[in-house]
Amino acid sequence: MRRVSTRTLTVLRPGPLALVTDLGRPGQAYLGIPRGGALDLPAFRLANRLVGNPEGLAAFELLLGGFELRADTGCTVAVTGPPTAVTVLREDGTRRAVGSHRAVYLWAGDRLLVAAPDSGLRNYVGCSGGLDIPAVLGSRAADLLSGLGPQPVRAGERFPLGPASGSPADAAPVPVSVSPDELSVPVLLGPRDDWFDQPATALRATWWTVGSASNRIGLRLRGRPLRRCPDRAQVELPSEPMRPGAVQVPPSGQPVIFLADGPTTGGYPVVGVVDERQLPALGQVRPGSALRLLPV
Amino acid sequence: MRTLRYGRTGVLLELDSSAAVTAAYRRLRAACTGGRLAGVVELVPAARTVLVSVAIGASPPVERLRELLADLSTDEEPVTGSEAPMVTLPVRYDGEDLALVARTAGCGIDDVVRLHSSGEYTVAFCGFAPGFGYLVGLPQPLRQPRLADSRPSIPAGSVGVAGEFTGVYPRRSPGGWRLIGRTEQVMFDPSADPPALLTPGYRVRFEPLV
Repeated sequence: MRRVSTRTLTVLRPGPLALVTDLGRPGQAYLGIPRGGALDLPAFRLANRLVGNPEGLAAFELLLGGFELRADTGCTVAVTGPPTAVTVLREDGTRRAVGSHRAVYLWAGDRLLVAAPDSGLRNYVGCSGGLDIPAVLGSRAADLLSGLGPQPVRAGERFPLGPASGSPADAAPVPVSVSPDELSVPVLLGPRDDWFDQPATALRATWWTVGSASNRIGLRLRGRPLRRCPDRAQVELPSEPMRPGAVQVPPSGQPVIFLADGPTTGGYPVVGVVDERQLPALGQVRPGSALRLLPV
Repeated sequence: MRTLRYGRTGVLLELDSSAAVTAAYRRLRAACTGGRLAGVVELVPAARTVLVSVAIGASPPVERLRELLADLSTDEEPVTGSEAPMVTLPVRYDGEDLALVARTAGCGIDDVVRLHSSGEYTVAFCGFAPGFGYLVGLPQPLRQPRLADSRPSIPAGSVGVAGEFTGVYPRRSPGGWRLIGRTEQVMFDPSADPPALLTPGYRVRFEPLV
């Protein structure tokens, strides 16, 4: 039987795109189910830790702020990701700038406003007890490719919170990373680097522009096309497993770096894979930024 | 078998045939379940390759994979023993491309139905959408190119053919396969256990509805 939660919060403005997210659905790619989950996992985990939650409870992933929620009952929240302005608006009209990367207690009726960050894309809002919506295949995360999990958050949507279990962290400062608009990330060549003409040299020499059609499925890069070897030019690759971080190169030569919601299989060769430890940074890269893939 | 690096935490095993992929996948899945292959996060078969990936900070167990697959025959036939579950899908053969498929195969529509429903198929791998199985075992005349242009939206349950594969669209989606029929069977239900009707290695038959 489902427990009836008495603690809730209501999203008044979701901003450009607010999603419920968590650690996703790893281990199910063999059924065609993407891993999904928070793109900037360290920031997501930190949001939970700051409010005293276990690291994997469901939280909000915001794209470019513009977000406002109201605490229907008292709760603790914390905003992480790129530094951004966070404001608490009391029912009596008083405003207080509280800042990101710290636990903030909201009384019933308080509103929390999260502005768009100056750099980066995605902020996380952790709430004590976590967002207690039904799990689908072990996760509460919205997956934009497969459609699994909840739809994007709508204005006026109310969320039950789970039981708050731990103590919020002290308001001690935590390290905050700033997303540069020029980024070099290490790439391990393979599995299909041998399909390309001098891929290491070509990649080292190229600054790509992150395309505007980029999303949680992948970053679409624009730049001097990667060329296939002449003997591979007309060859079709039988469908192959894909994974987050894979740099897939369609016939246009303009790569796509798959992120958490990327497909589990694909028919174009993967020239290399971005070091997994760099995936959080890729989740914060703005369209228009310059990106270099450095073979290691 | 070739092993290809696939990131720090992954290795891609490349095999000679779809049947060898299915045999390797079954063996590795059993090894994971039986505790003889530890630390694997994802085990994903595709047309000629299997991805084995581990957690960040770990390295793929390449030597252990070689040991487990050392005596795998490269021309191993799909297992037809009782250990692989059999799924039977009732199909109404009234797809939009039935005439095109018959024309390309150089036979009549009845022959297409007979050929497709007399085959025994194996789920080689899943991809494209949750629960979308790529089935191998398609009779030669039905191995045909995809449509020149994808349809923007085709209904759930549509049965299609493309290249060496046949398959069923689990939900409404775009798609470029030639459509020959439709099943009412629910192919993917996230609230069910297991959520997908078809899992790599399963066997499949199609039963014509009249």
